[in-house]
Amino acid sequence: MRRYSPLERVRLLGRAGLDVLAALGRSVIFLLHALLGRGGLREGFALLVRQLYSVGVLSLAIVVVSGIFIGMVLSLQGYSILSNYGSEQAVGQMIALTLLRELGPVVTALLFAGRAGSALAAEIGNMKATEQLSSLEMIGVDPLKYVIAPRLWAGFISLPLLTVIFSVVGIWGGAMVAIDWLGVYEGSFWSNMQSSVSFRADVLNGVIKSMVFAVVVTWIAVFQGYDCDPTSEGISRATTRTVVYASLAVLGLDFILTALMFGDF
Amino acid sequence: MSTNPYAVELKGVTFRRGERTIFDAIDLRIPRGRITAIMGPSGSGKTTLLRLIGAQLKPLSGEVWVADRNLPTLSRAELFDLRKQMGVLFQSGALFTDLDVFENVAFPLRVHTDLPDEMIRDIVLMKLQAVGLRGAVELMPDELSGGMRRRVALARAIALDPQILMYDEPFAGQDPVAMGVLVRLIRLLNDALGITSIVVSHDLAETASIADYIYIVGDGQVLAQGTPDELMQSDNPRVQQFMKGTADGPIPFHFPAADYASELLGGTDA
Amino acid sequence: MRNRTLEIGVGLFLLAGLLALLLLSLRVSGLSVGHTDTYKLFAYFDNIAGLSVRSKVTMAGVTIGKVTAIDLDRDSYTGRVTMEIDRDVDILPTDSTASILTAGLLGEKYIGISVGGEEEVLADGDVIRDTQSSLVLEELIGKFLLNSVNKE
Repeated sequence: MRRYSPLERVRLLGRAGLDVLAALGRSVIFLLHALLGRGGLREGFALLVRQLYSVGVLSLAIVVVSGIFIGMVLSLQGYSILSNYGSEQAVGQMIALTLLRELGPVVTALLFAGRAGSALAAEIGNMKATEQLSSLEMIGVDPLKYVIAPRLWAGFISLPLLTVIFSVVGIWGGAMVAIDWLGVYEGSFWSNMQSSVSFRADVLNGVIKSMVFAVVVTWIAVFQGYDCDPTSEGISRATTRTVVYASLAVLGLDFILTALMFGDF
Repeated sequence: MSTNPYAVELKGVTFRRGERTIFDAIDLRIPRGRITAIMGPSGSGKTTLLRLIGAQLKPLSGEVWVADRNLPTLSRAELFDLRKQMGVLFQSGALFTDLDVFENVAFPLRVHTDLPDEMIRDIVLMKLQAVGLRGAVELMPDELSGGMRRRVALARAIALDPQILMYDEPFAGQDPVAMGVLVRLIRLLNDALGITSIVVSHDLAETASIADYIYIVGDGQVLAQGTPDELMQSDNPRVQQFMKGTADGPIPFHFPAADYASELLGGTDA
Repeated sequence: MRNRTLEIGVGLFLLAGLLALLLLSLRVSGLSVGHTDTYKLFAYFDNIAGLSVRSKVTMAGVTIGKVTAIDLDRDSYTGRVTMEIDRDVDILPTDSTASILTAGLLGEKYIGISVGGEEEVLADGDVIRDTQSSLVLEELIGKFLLNSVNKE
């Protein structure tokens, strides 16, 4: 192993910092080029539909199944805690608020990063490694428009929809457990929920959160794929990075967004 | 048509990757309508040269003239326009894996022309006929052999009737039959369509058999240039080494390193 | 026709998403479509502790409106509660009483209105005079203790 002098270490550290900055800059330019750039393609809509299918529809199963289970677990846990205070009927309110404000957007974004994000990164990385991107470029088609832009838009559209579906399915799963199994009175379950959930503060804020996550996760996934080393090693690194970076970004941003939306200052 | 006898000209092009200088003020001229080969040992930047001509890379300094336009001065949109006049056959073929053979060849036509479907179909079949794969029209790329994939990619590259066609290592990893087919195709397309062909390769025999003119690059410079015959006669030792394929010579067998004996005996200071 | 199934799949996906949003807005957050016609009433309370915006306004246990604003009245130092009452319920006598009640021991607070006897009814912008403030547990305990001390 080579050993570095202290001065050399400082230099390497500085270079690593600059590399990070450069990657950040590249990714911003990349995003702007893909989304703004010169006019769209003729078959743009067909491309978008295709990507909506592979990014959105194919993620539906995992989102629905996770949603049901998380709702059911929330219901069980919430009931056992709330029954200590004799307020079991508040379980509906608890499930709805946790799902709409936090778990819905965050868990869906994490699932999305794992399911669709890694697939996007791998697919684009593979297209790069097999020179398909270069080939598009030389045919005179901008790969940012043809390959990247439809995937970005598909992600932007899919994740908020998946999040809403996740929340609904979760609330339904929770209601099933609470009402049919634990015997919470159905009327107070729903009326409690309705009187405490506000459309603007809870539902819309949750959707806004998921929109932010959609941009971040899709952007990271697509950029990692586009920027990877065109080797099989590079592709696997890109998919790993996608999941790690996207998850961290989602959790970090969630804190900031929550503070902005629900914090009192 | 312009009167410039050269389709591509590189003037004083310098290109660096990281701290490694790949080309140092290189000059290169590629005559119109002929087959020009660019040869050199692996790692000498031959593929980089193609990417410079295709404007996929930007040189640090110097001018790259293609079809009488200086590439580094063009905007992104102008470049995409200019690329319609160029075709590239990538090493791996680079077929779009989610499209079948027909759609792959039809792709450039669909995005760049407003031709009706029947016409596109006719053109695609003509191009596939030219590379002898009209029967494979319904197959997917992963059902083709490596050589067939390259031929489909060639059909796609000529779909828009480009003026310049670049081949990136067309012979690498091909069996003798496929190689023979490709050699014949390159010659045929060049003569029949009047295309300017640029072949990047290190397969000496095949390249020498079809090239009208050869550049040998290495160390960021043009080491030698001339017709295949001239180069065979050359008394430049580096050219001799490359053309004859000897292991050691002016291009050393060993990667630059510290003295062998002292490194083994002196131990490391770790 | 692989393309067709793909398009149908995407269409269903979009539809499911919109439907889910609709469910969230109607079933979960109780958003009412087209804003049923309402009129405003005010009530002043000495103590509104625990009441919040969006709390229910009920009469005989039936929800007839909701609280839309709570602020402090600068002149009387009391809490002013703004309520929106369904237009259908335009039969509240002017001497009706508004009290802040609790659902269950620790449940949410809401306003209960009990009917008065006047002929005249409350109209948009009127004030309910007769109010009963929130029950504050600490005060209740305090009073209870004071009473037991006085007895001795």
